[in-house]
Amino acid sequence: MSEKPIEELTYEEAFAELEMIVNALEAEQHSLEEAMALFERGQALSKRCADLLDQAELKVRRLSGEAFSAEEE
Amino acid sequence: MPLFADPLSLYWTVTDLTRYLRRLLEDDEALRDLWVEGEVSNLSRPSSGHLYFTLKDAGAALRCVMWRRDVARLRPNLHDGMAVVVHGYISIYESGGQYQLYADFVRPLGEGALYQEFLRLKALLEAEGLFDAERKRSLPSLPKRIGVVTSPTGAALRDILNTLRRRFPLAEVILSPSPVQGDEAPPALVEALARLNALEPPPDVILLARGGGSIEDLWAFNDERVVRAVASSAVPVITGVGHETDFTLVDFAADLRAPTPTAAAELATPVTLADLALALQNLTARAETAVQRSLSRRREGLIALNDRMERASPLRRLQVERQRLDELARRGLAAMGHRLELYETRLEGMRERLISLDPMSVLKRGFSVLTRPSDGRVVSRVEQVSAGDVLRARVSDGTFAVRVTDGE
Repeated sequence: MSEKPIEELTYEEAFAELEMIVNALEAEQHSLEEAMALFERGQALSKRCADLLDQAELKVRRLSGEAFSAEEE
Repeated sequence: MPLFADPLSLYWTVTDLTRYLRRLLEDDEALRDLWVEGEVSNLSRPSSGHLYFTLKDAGAALRCVMWRRDVARLRPNLHDGMAVVVHGYISIYESGGQYQLYADFVRPLGEGALYQEFLRLKALLEAEGLFDAERKRSLPSLPKRIGVVTSPTGAALRDILNTLRRRFPLAEVILSPSPVQGDEAPPALVEALARLNALEPPPDVILLARGGGSIEDLWAFNDERVVRAVASSAVPVITGVGHETDFTLVDFAADLRAPTPTAAAELATPVTLADLALALQNLTARAETAVQRSLSRRREGLIALNDRMERASPLRRLQVERQRLDELARRGLAAMGHRLELYETRLEGMRERLISLDPMSVLKRGFSVLTRPSDGRVVSRVEQVSAGDVLRARVSDGTFAVRVTDGE
């Protein structure tokens, strides 16, 4: 399991780890304590993913080329 | 589709066969969206407003139909002998048993040198293998960085950004601006593609786009330098040039051709934010279900264990012992009662026997008992007396003396 702080995970990383955790939970092979810890992390990951989706705003970067007028809306 | 429409029959019906063939044709990707080049003949305009004609070349003929709606947009009018390129799809007219091209757009050919040049260059690049299907690369389903080559002031860029913002704002757009028409456009487009390819890391996909225009407006996208730059781009390219009916050579060289800039942005983002949100929701629900199930499984285990513990507890054994004791006491009492009854019965029998043996009762029936006064013994045999003996006779209410008058 990644030890990266959750706030630093990209959507793909967070989603992949969440998927792994869900698979592990569904396999029911962990102790209760471990399972609860996994679940807690899963919830945090899920929230991280949801936040990323909610906050997603298209970032537009422009390569320096000819001098065109600035970005349109 | 079953091999035979009716399982009991070895024969197709004409309708089933025709329908089967029609489906074959309509399911074929290549036949759904195609351009066919040829000469118009047998043109007919019935009052329905639809247009019927045959497209032919030196080797073959193809029946074509164009519905009234599309005929209305047709410019200029068609006439027999005209060289055209027709866009549409292939299907079967069932009641006529005819496969035909359902045309939605016709462009006159031989419109000057531009089109000849288009065909020449297309044949040349095609022969080089630049358009080969094996060259097409698959596109990432979740692009992190999307390169866009287009005019920074055009409607195409606005359409692309709106579409990307709506569908997949997780991506980063890297705009590599370039003029999209005029003589300076081809080298600028090549340069813009090169700039994106030179990025570290490079974008996951590049959109090459321009809004609609005349064949001259779109000409930069038929330029050999641009087509070669698209074909050799290390990053997969999606083209979205002009409208549905416009085809340029970059479309053939691209990994994927979209009919418009908006469609190119859509094809670049096959998975949308909404799809991701749904997947996330599903995953979260699965996690909750798994934990709930795990908890309830453990709870059930605990209940079962509690039951077993209760059954095994010393208190329980004490109860059992107490119960066994009670049971024993009950059985003991029962056994005692039994025995007393038995004794009573026996005693009663004995008493009855005793009563039956009471000599008084015999005397009352008229018998008497004789005793010898000398020794008080009961006379029960003749030999015990002699003539002249005086005996005492006992009857029920007293005694009296008797004399033996004869004897041995």
